[in-house]
Amino acid sequence: MELRVENLTVARGGVPVLEGLDFTLSPGQVLILRGPNGSGKTTLLRTLAGLQPPLTGSVSADPEQITYGAHADGLKATLSVEENLRFWASVHGISDIAPAVDGFNLRGLLERPSANLSAGQKRRLGLARLLVTGRPIWLLDEPTVSLDVASVALFADAVRAHVAGGGSALIATHIDLGLQAETLDVGPFKADVNRRRGDTHRDAYADFDEAFS
Amino acid sequence: MIALLVRDLRLAMRAGGGFGLGLAFFLIVSTLVPFGVGPEAAILSRIAPGILWVGALLACLLSLDRIFQLDFEDGSLDLLATAPIPMEGIVAVKALAHWLVTGLPLTLAAPVLGTLMNLESPGHYWIFITLLIGTPALSMIGAFGAALTVGLKRGGLLLSLLVLPLYIPTLIFGAEAATRGTADLSASTPLLMMAGITAGSIALLPFAAAAALRVNLR
Repeated sequence: MELRVENLTVARGGVPVLEGLDFTLSPGQVLILRGPNGSGKTTLLRTLAGLQPPLTGSVSADPEQITYGAHADGLKATLSVEENLRFWASVHGISDIAPAVDGFNLRGLLERPSANLSAGQKRRLGLARLLVTGRPIWLLDEPTVSLDVASVALFADAVRAHVAGGGSALIATHIDLGLQAETLDVGPFKADVNRRRGDTHRDAYADFDEAFS
Repeated sequence: MIALLVRDLRLAMRAGGGFGLGLAFFLIVSTLVPFGVGPEAAILSRIAPGILWVGALLACLLSLDRIFQLDFEDGSLDLLATAPIPMEGIVAVKALAHWLVTGLPLTLAAPVLGTLMNLESPGHYWIFITLLIGTPALSMIGAFGAALTVGLKRGGLLLSLLVLPLYIPTLIFGAEAATRGTADLSASTPLLMMAGITAGSIALLPFAAAAALRVNLR
């Protein structure tokens, strides 16, 4: 299952942040999304995940093939680790959570209420959710936040195994994960807001400046 | 969808889940009214169906903002929106969970609490029937209001203002049916009107609420 993006413009709060995006994410490929804070990486991922409509352009992928890993892990504090994981597994029609538990080293935490987990442990549980969705395209938004070095390695292993099985991943991150991956820098696609507003505004500014010169 | 229902019910039963909040409020209202109105049995038994209905409605309102707000804040709603459950199904299941946690306990408790207000004998039966038919509409309309206000911090006030006018028809027909039933008059017209409102809400509002949620998630 291929994710093809054509001439995509994404907007946040009605203001375009990225425009003219063209790329393809093929099975077996990892694409790292780079860009400074506020450059629109999250907005792009949310658009691709189908949570918000694009301003222009098209995303050709079945939303049923995509899973989105957001900043928030979507954990319920009063449920145990196992209950949280089992819930997402049964939502996606999967009954076996053992690979996810072992993949992110959660075996010793299964009975613990997620309110008592550390930030890194919560993140590991949030990432383990990806493995119980059974979906081929992963869209991940800064997945390594609050993870220690060992857990980052666990995560990189999980991505490698996923890609080896014919999956693909688009990962917005600021660190080097040590993965065989291509990089997509969103910098060149930054939307020019002034141009979009049209010239009337800039003329008004010019008049304003002239009046006070 | 069953997994979502089970999770919501489990969350409601756990600490801080809000189960019993509406029920406790309902108990307090029905206990306090006789103190406020005075011990005159005739007056109490005349106003009992109306008081029970207003109490149940306000108790229902109390827990509405929890339907989607908590899931929105911890990111579950984003993940549910991308899960293989239609948004309409999510809304319907969440409204059902709200009814099981709030509306059903209220319905079961109302006949007992009616005794505190000297509710006369067929009245217990009528208050049970009318609440059983009417409270699902309260949960469904409430879920719609909660979906509209989900992105707002402290949206509870706006939610109440939005939802209360929509509750009024259910309240009028529900209380009227209960009052007429208690007085041994024919109650079938208000009862059917209320049943119609409930059926209409369950049929239409999941779609409206799902559309509101999609807009709020953007």
